[in-house]
Amino acid sequence: MRSLQRDPILNIGRIDSVNPRGMTGLPLQTITPASARRGSIPRWVRRFSGPVLLVLIWHVASVSGVLPGEILAGPATVISSAVKLFATGELQEAMWISLRRALSGLAIGGTIGVTLAVVAGLFRLGEDLIDAPMQMLRTVPNVALIPLLIIWFGIGETPKVALIALGTAFPLYLNVYAGIRNVDSTLIEAGRTLGLSRLAMIRHVILPGALPNALVGLRYALGIAWLALVFGEQINATAGIGYLMANAREFFQTDVIVVCLAVYALLGLAVDFMVRTLEKVFLAWRPAFNGT
Amino acid sequence: MAASVQRNLKIVETETPVDVLGRAKATDLAVRVRGLTRRFGEREVLKDLDLDIAPGEFVALLGASGCGKSTLLRILADLDREMIGEVEVPVRRAVAFQAPRLMPWKNVWRNVVLGLPGRPDRQRALTALEEVGISHRADQWPKVLSGGEAQRTSLARALVREPDLLLLDEPFAALDALTRIKAQDLVGELWQRHGCAILLVTHDVEEAVLLADRVLVMKDGVIAHEEHIAMRRPRDVADPAFARIRGDLLDWLGVRHGKYDND
Ligand SMILES: Nc1ncnc2c1ncn2[C@@H]1O[C@H](COP(=O)(O)OP(=O)(O)OP(=O)(O)O)[C@@H](O)[C@H]1O
Ligand SMILES: [Mg+2]
Repeated sequence: MRSLQRDPILNIGRIDSVNPRGMTGLPLQTITPASARRGSIPRWVRRFSGPVLLVLIWHVASVSGVLPGEILAGPATVISSAVKLFATGELQEAMWISLRRALSGLAIGGTIGVTLAVVAGLFRLGEDLIDAPMQMLRTVPNVALIPLLIIWFGIGETPKVALIALGTAFPLYLNVYAGIRNVDSTLIEAGRTLGLSRLAMIRHVILPGALPNALVGLRYALGIAWLALVFGEQINATAGIGYLMANAREFFQTDVIVVCLAVYALLGLAVDFMVRTLEKVFLAWRPAFNGT
Repeated sequence: MAASVQRNLKIVETETPVDVLGRAKATDLAVRVRGLTRRFGEREVLKDLDLDIAPGEFVALLGASGCGKSTLLRILADLDREMIGEVEVPVRRAVAFQAPRLMPWKNVWRNVVLGLPGRPDRQRALTALEEVGISHRADQWPKVLSGGEAQRTSLARALVREPDLLLLDEPFAALDALTRIKAQDLVGELWQRHGCAILLVTHDVEEAVLLADRVLVMKDGVIAHEEHIAMRRPRDVADPAFARIRGDLLDWLGVRHGKYDND
């Protein structure tokens, strides 16, 4: 007998109601239109209710004294110190400096990663020279390089940006390279029958075909950029979110630490939103599953 | 009109006289294959095969699955050079495969003119799409096309190059019966209008007899049988001559007449 269970991941084939004995004695399924299924609560309300509930629990725990301020400041305190930091301009300045570090590291690392991937992906010689060392180096944890970076670049901006660049170059390299190598070979053949030159083939077939993977690489790279930023800013920072956080630690200001964490999270979300927008614009052609 | 011929990469220009109908009537051949052998490991898929196709001729190629039809077509399309023998094909040739193979990141009209020299010419693409009856889909992504629409786009993309030889590898195999009949009619019409030589690989004996001037049956790596179809067009499946030719071809394909219909 066929199983009539709902697939929790694909959300397909779900059964609204199973009537074990229809009029004919067969198990029947009622299929309702998608518009009726969604119910009356809008999607964004459902999505927001989780975080809101969490903050509410946090607030109640703080107010009732279950969660003392020295361990973790309550949301009310956090918001008021965020407002204070914003009013003095400290927060914006720190944010701007951190964001600039992340983006310049990403720009440098991304350029290196993408260039190497294109060369290794398109040319046999490039592959032989580049791919093996890259595959070896990628297994070294970036954070382990901090001592070396400090010896090489001192404790200024350079080692922080270098750490981010290193961290982002690898995911971009790996994904762009894989993207180029996995372009559908039947499309490459079709391109050949259309008389595309090598350059036209790269431009019209190979690079667009590698774009979905490249954007996946960009996502990973951004995630790592953020991680590398947090680690990098532990290196004797004199400005930036990391510096704010280090200062707050000295004075046990858990509220400021939480503000900084929230800023990291928000910046991360903003950048993720950027990538999503890029995907929407550049991958509109893709017959991809969008999760309904 | 000059049909240039590519011979093992050497390009030879040949004069092509034009007859009263305006159709290129060459003293030369559009396709000339001599002693073609292709091995995959130990296996010889093509064994010393010879093939001639006249300019403007419509040739259909039948044969059991796995006998090497696509292998031959790929060699003629210059997608496979691991062969032995002499192959001459026109420089201007186009291919439509069983799958439409459209670039998913280019909209329909850009797919049609991809690879043509100069800037992408929308008007030219529209004219070609008009010919296959889907100019209204010009600005769509390939992902939203139906199977038949995608296949017609692929046909427009081939024809816009004004080929002297059009290679078709089971272009209708994935279409439903009704769409397929329409697509067959379309190919017949387009051939009449463009006058290019066509090599159509198919599993459908009826389709071959409906469309082609000559039907070839491939077996054991060579052309084992050829059948000239002299019937006037448009052809009628109910014609007794049609049924006889169809029966003969089915016999050659090893499918006993009357017992099974076609494959
Ligand atoms: N790249 C390859 N490597 C090894 N064997 C191959 C390769 N391509 C084709 N063959 C073999 O050569 C034979 C002929 O293949 P081909 O695709 O030409 O058959 P076909 O006549 O087009 O069949 P069908 O009608 O099913 O499309 C098959 O047995 C196939 O397995
Ligand atoms: Mg085949």
